[in-house]
Amino acid sequence: MHIQARERIDGLVRSLIKATGLIVISILGGIFFMLLWNTVSFFIHVSPLDFITGTQWNPTGRHATYGILPLLVSTCLVTLGAMAIAIPLGIGTAAFMSEYAGKRLKNILKPAVEMLAAVPSVAIGFLGIVALGPGIARLTQLSNGLNALNGAILLSVMSLPTIITVAEDAINGVPATYKEASLGIGATKWQTLTRVTIPAAAPGIVAAIMLGVGRAIGETMTVLMATGNAASFPKGFFDSVRTITATIAIEMGEVPYQTTHYYSLFAIAGILFLLTLVVNMAGEYFVNKFRKFHSA
Amino acid sequence: MKKKLAPFIEWGTLLFCTGTVCFFLVVILWDIVSKGASSLSWGFVSTPPANGMTQGGILPAITGTVLLTLITALVATPFGISCAIYLNEYASDNWSARLVRAAIRNLAGVPSVIYGLFGLSLFVQAMHMGTSMVAAGCTLGLLSLPYIITTTEEALRRIPASTREAALAIGATQFESIRDVVLPAALPGILTGIVLTLSRAAGETAPILFTGVAFYINSPSGGLNQEFMALPYHLYMLSTQHQAIEQVRPLAYGTALVLLIVVFLLNLAAFYIRYKHSKK
Repeated sequence: MHIQARERIDGLVRSLIKATGLIVISILGGIFFMLLWNTVSFFIHVSPLDFITGTQWNPTGRHATYGILPLLVSTCLVTLGAMAIAIPLGIGTAAFMSEYAGKRLKNILKPAVEMLAAVPSVAIGFLGIVALGPGIARLTQLSNGLNALNGAILLSVMSLPTIITVAEDAINGVPATYKEASLGIGATKWQTLTRVTIPAAAPGIVAAIMLGVGRAIGETMTVLMATGNAASFPKGFFDSVRTITATIAIEMGEVPYQTTHYYSLFAIAGILFLLTLVVNMAGEYFVNKFRKFHSA
Repeated sequence: MKKKLAPFIEWGTLLFCTGTVCFFLVVILWDIVSKGASSLSWGFVSTPPANGMTQGGILPAITGTVLLTLITALVATPFGISCAIYLNEYASDNWSARLVRAAIRNLAGVPSVIYGLFGLSLFVQAMHMGTSMVAAGCTLGLLSLPYIITTTEEALRRIPASTREAALAIGATQFESIRDVVLPAALPGILTGIVLTLSRAAGETAPILFTGVAFYINSPSGGLNQEFMALPYHLYMLSTQHQAIEQVRPLAYGTALVLLIVVFLLNLAAFYIRYKHSKK
């Protein structure tokens, strides 16, 4: 082919490929705009103050109320419970994998973690109904085990792979010289791990936790299936709760388009979007901090 | 005495954490495999449901999930690879590339149910696709995009600069060097990323809830503008919404097992590509 034709193709492809970069930005912009537009439509009917401070979510009652607090508290309760389980287990596993496990054991553990990550959320939710729920019911003498505790345990399983992978990378990334210096002045392996390696890897570990939190807040199917979805204000871990994600999943299928109720689901999705955005950005901040610290 | 015991306690604590995580995995696999195996048969995967879902198989859900995953791949792969090429081959570290990278990272963190809402607003309503297989596939495509871009970019980054320079030095244009040299070399890595992302998309439920999935379709035509059945949604409905829930439990276990097999087969394929490539 003639050189001019080849160069023309080259230029054409260059601009085509550059344009695809715009697609990603427009998707994020599109999601943001969609949430904003529908939320504004919602706030024409319901005052933002009632929405943020309302303690009752009952859009189908005679006097429809759109208080996000019970949903928000449910989401936080389940996420908090999940993190109480997943953070110690995840960091412990990451430390074991990078500091204690031999190469052969590591070659088994890594695929195991990847396998856990691959299990679809709907399958984990299913086990919450058929296995974990009845187990909790038997232990606590409740009529059924579909409550916040069930959701929290399942969510911890779902966020563990994320936490383990990122935390292990962080612990692995600590320079060997740090550990050698610590061991050289007579510290034990454990002292080195808890007082040198983990503090040095702290930003990476915080990032791991943040990504785990982001995963747990946004998870839908698991909590939808395992937490019972009672729309009342949650009282504790043995109470049935209904998270923001579950509320969207349940009500979106039944609500007529362009009603206040329809818009209200976008409004709570907007709050969810902001929550995950903040958590993910915080996670990223700590990852960058970790990178700078080690390149310095 | 205390000094001698301490290392074992410390080691034991970490081993306990690791053991618990492995225990979770074993329980999940054991429960689904042991209880699902009895309902698994050739009839189960090759016939449609019968008698109000209490009998029969899950064939339409399997074909639905396979078709849906193919559409997802068709939507996400070209854009994903192209965007990764832009980031790694064309854009240097300028502000526009940084903006694109920030958008990708944030998109990867957006909850899947919000993708469902976006798919509903954009594909189902604004673009008049209706609740259909193509609307659901496009929604899953958007969801998969950030993962495909990230993994493809990583695969491209592993190709040494000298490879590109060699192609340019013998007179190839930049596009020719990417098409004939860089992409073929990065192909195994790109494929691994795509297959792993698709395994994730195949198990997703929340994004297809409002964009086209249905519990039962009398005679699925497989038309792209029709509603469809899918494995994860089938499992969800069988385990939560069916009127004879105890009676269909074996079917639910069978569906869970088939879903797990589909997802793990895709993962295995990705492992195989990676393994074969790393040996070279």
